[in-house]
Amino acid sequence: MIDVRSVSFRYRKDWVLQDLSFEVKRGEFIGVIGPNGSGKTTLLKILYRLLSPQQGEVLYSREPLKKMSRTEIAKKIAVVTQEAYSLFPFRVIEIVLMGRSPYLGHQLFESERDLTIAKKAMEWTEILPIAERSIDELSGGERKRVFIAKALAQEPEVILLDEPTTNLDIHHQIEFLDLILGLNREKGLTILMATHDINMASEFCDRLILLRQGRIYKMGLPAKVITKETMEQVYGCDLWVDQHPFSGMPRVNLLKKGIREDGTLERDRKGEG
Amino acid sequence: MKILTLKKVLFLSAVLGMVLGLVILLSITMGSVKVKFYSSMMILLRSILGMEGDGTETERAIILSLRVPRVLLAGLVGAGLSVSGATFQALLRNPLADPYILGVSSGAAVGTIVAIWAGLGILSFGLPLASFLGALLTILIVFYFGRQNGKIHPNTLLLAGVITSSFLSALIMFFISISQKEELHTIIFWLMGDFSFSDYRAVRIIFPYLLFGVFFLYLLARQLNLILSGEEYALQSGVNVERLRLLSYLCASLITAASVSVCGLIGFVGLIVPHSVRLIFGPDHRLLLPASALVGASFLIASDTIARTLLAPTELPVGVITAAFGGPFFIYLLKTRKVVKTL
Repeated sequence: MIDVRSVSFRYRKDWVLQDLSFEVKRGEFIGVIGPNGSGKTTLLKILYRLLSPQQGEVLYSREPLKKMSRTEIAKKIAVVTQEAYSLFPFRVIEIVLMGRSPYLGHQLFESERDLTIAKKAMEWTEILPIAERSIDELSGGERKRVFIAKALAQEPEVILLDEPTTNLDIHHQIEFLDLILGLNREKGLTILMATHDINMASEFCDRLILLRQGRIYKMGLPAKVITKETMEQVYGCDLWVDQHPFSGMPRVNLLKKGIREDGTLERDRKGEG
Repeated sequence: MKILTLKKVLFLSAVLGMVLGLVILLSITMGSVKVKFYSSMMILLRSILGMEGDGTETERAIILSLRVPRVLLAGLVGAGLSVSGATFQALLRNPLADPYILGVSSGAAVGTIVAIWAGLGILSFGLPLASFLGALLTILIVFYFGRQNGKIHPNTLLLAGVITSSFLSALIMFFISISQKEELHTIIFWLMGDFSFSDYRAVRIIFPYLLFGVFFLYLLARQLNLILSGEEYALQSGVNVERLRLLSYLCASLITAASVSVCGLIGFVGLIVPHSVRLIFGPDHRLLLPASALVGASFLIASDTIARTLLAPTELPVGVITAAFGGPFFIYLLKTRKVVKTL
């Protein structure tokens, strides 16, 4: 559904993304991982045309993204980035209704139908009880849900998420990702999520795109992308990769300095050599 | 679930409109020359209906040629500055933005000074026209410098506005210092806001600009809500941000330019009226803009009435009153109502 064809992008002189090509199929849950400055956020920005690539093109259902209007894009692609802070705080219901914006055209006020759609989105994200509250009174986890509800009210086909779980504790991280997974599995929404949390991506995503210095280093199933060798090369530090005891998905473990001297690990390293 | 509907906006506007009507009537009956309430009303009513006048010749002149145009002008300017202030706060994402933040007022002042130097002051339409042109020229200059790669960035624009404004202020001070002309000294007074030269001509000059400016801004009201959370957020929600910015900067600047050209710089209105209205009605521009217009009109008419009656027959600059009443009232709102966190 999303077809990225040899896209290159630079802000000024140096290329931030170089010759990226990949395809996303309808209903996939894709994770975009990579070190700081590898181009994850830039890639997302290109996918909803906040930025336009100097080379290559992005096709959306075979239509070039650059030929689509802003409202057309917003009807198909919803974006949830790090906290969108309003200068003056709105109420939850007001923010969710903002998701109807691309459908309103020159209409100034939302219709009953828009309200129904917004309510459904709030029901799905379980924020109906706090609909009348002001956004600045909510906790971080609740705020995330509000912006997901706003994205759902846009009735999109794709949701782009940029570092959605930073600032959330593990309880809220899991709750949030289960919500996203539900949208993916039950509503068939295509999800593209840029994240630093490799283990989370491994656990939840169908496929991973690993970026390094603006190029795709590896792409495919988590088991194929997250290996000790690849991770150490891309992140440039010693790591240990094993499997999640229940799901069997690859899991990255951090190694602090000197932990290599520790028995089991030392032995394993010898075994590799 | 409570959401904003057209019905609610119309209802609240009607209520605020009635308050405005009351303020207008009261202001017309008050002034340094006493005209009884009943006879002022009769003079007004009969003139509206096109009937023979009530009261004495002098009373009629005071009411119809002095007070009515002055009240109308103050109302229009108050409404315009409040709407323009609310818009600038949203566009620049800065709660301290006011209608003059991009240097429109200094530009207007320079335009006036040039006109006086060139001797245009004798012509009745000369000064407002010159100051309007000065203001327009300043907008163009600020936008030219505020652009980067063909795009307008709020922070760059803000800087360009502040710098241009400081430069023009220095120019104004320079002209005033070296000038021997008496007229230039009145510029200082004019800079503080002055309605004492109001007439129907001034009302006619600014009315179309205010009407079109406010009308177009209202069409953009829903999109202004989105831009409060930043341009990326607005863009993600399907707003054509470039067009929104261009149109709304233009409308807000035109409103300010038109206001400055007839009555100079009146501080505080564009800042405190939108903030006060937000604290009571919330930040939604679909209600904020009309409510600010009506409250702003009432506020400036009331302030001007106090300015001309407090020390009658001496008149105070209306800017002194708006600052003296507006400042403390704003602090009161901040302290008692839910705090505007960003301030």
